[in-house]
Amino acid sequence: MNAILADPHAARDHARAMEGIVVPAMPRIPPLADDLPAGVSPEDLLWEETIAGGGYASRTLARGTRLRLIDLEGDACASLLLFNAAMPTERLNIADTVKVQWNAYPTAGSLLLSDMGRVLASIEADGAGTHDAFCGASNEASNRRRYGDGRNSGAHPNARDRLLLGAAKHGLGRRDVHPCINLFKGVRIAADGAIEPRIGPFAPGRSLILRAEMDLILVIANCPHILDARPWSITPLRATAWRGPVTAEDDPIRTATPERRRAFLNTEDLYRR
Amino acid sequence: MENDPHLDGLTGRLLHDEIVAARAPWTHRVNAGETLRIVDLEGNQAVDFLLYAAADDAERYSAQDTIAAQANIFLRTGSVLLSNEGRPMMTIAATSVDHHDTIGGACSCESNSLRYGHHTKAQHSCVDNFLEANLRHGRGKRDIVSNVNFFMNVPIEADGALGIVDGISAPGLTVDLRAEMDVIVVVSNCPQINNPCNGFNPTPVRMIVTA
Repeated sequence: MNAILADPHAARDHARAMEGIVVPAMPRIPPLADDLPAGVSPEDLLWEETIAGGGYASRTLARGTRLRLIDLEGDACASLLLFNAAMPTERLNIADTVKVQWNAYPTAGSLLLSDMGRVLASIEADGAGTHDAFCGASNEASNRRRYGDGRNSGAHPNARDRLLLGAAKHGLGRRDVHPCINLFKGVRIAADGAIEPRIGPFAPGRSLILRAEMDLILVIANCPHILDARPWSITPLRATAWRGPVTAEDDPIRTATPERRRAFLNTEDLYRR
Repeated sequence: MENDPHLDGLTGRLLHDEIVAARAPWTHRVNAGETLRIVDLEGNQAVDFLLYAAADDAERYSAQDTIAAQANIFLRTGSVLLSNEGRPMMTIAATSVDHHDTIGGACSCESNSLRYGHHTKAQHSCVDNFLEANLRHGRGKRDIVSNVNFFMNVPIEADGALGIVDGISAPGLTVDLRAEMDVIVVVSNCPQINNPCNGFNPTPVRMIVTA
């Protein structure tokens, strides 16, 4: 027992003295970033947060918002869920994402599609090129096998339970945690179907920019990839978001293929009101 | 029964034997230890397939956990279908098809509008079958996740090109699934007519459960 904190006044002073502490993984509120892309005004900054290795974050993003993710030290793994904020039963459909675009490896120009034939987000820029639409999130059982423990309350939290916590903060539950995409850790698929993981570690500072094409709930877990065979290795992930315009009709991603054009048409139809 | 080639190799008591019409949904409980055989009666018929734990249907088939655990996208003899909790739900005890798909997902009216055009809106789809089968049991749209497509072939080329291509199935080919826990099986006998997954002609399949 600490006698100094034995009365509420002392406990209050102790708590208040923490203001101003800075740690490597934390949100900046109000957001502050000194490396916004050219042409982006600081007034349009919406979100600046460094997500701890083993941590998670969730956020609503308005249509048109740009989200830049940076793998700060080369060993982040961003497992991403996306929901239509107005109707979260509509969510990322990873099977449709690869099938509709006739390609297994999402990268710059790819759309992240919902199960309602609409585009939730576009990948506007991709400085990494190693992502994974197939292996999904680690779970408590897989982390227990690999690290001896996979609980949220332990030292080796699993991605699925992190996603579940992030989703729960938007009123969502176990039935809502759907197949995810893993960003920054990648796979290639051999002709016989074998998964060839691309786990890194990679050069620090690789980044990716997502463009929200609908009002979104986004949930990110930053836990080791389920096929990462190394001892526990996960480094912080930085998220920066800023306001941007809704995609124009002549946007090169929107017009690149007939499937993408129809996904935008369906999305625009949702917002026609 | 000895003259029924679709029962070859099955042992134990026959618990259930049903023909699922072309384009139709189907749901059935299969208890731990029982075996479900699916017969592609006329060949080239995709069978879209989901699983829910009978005791807790928020636990369900997870394509991603299944793929990660076996480090391969194709389902073959010996593949263990895992749940979103990482637990074995069913094992492919035997199959006369080289491999089955679990990355291609289910067709829907909505994805058809992207893949083929808005003229397909009135056509029936697997997601509508999954919804119809699930809604009777208190499940809904949130319960539909990436599924298995038995008898369907989705290769990935070296450049990442991916697509549903001509079936590798043929009349009378089978897959046998042994339940590792009590499961609710939900199937859409795929009604798709815009790609080769059903040979452009949806046909019936047969479901046989033994114990």
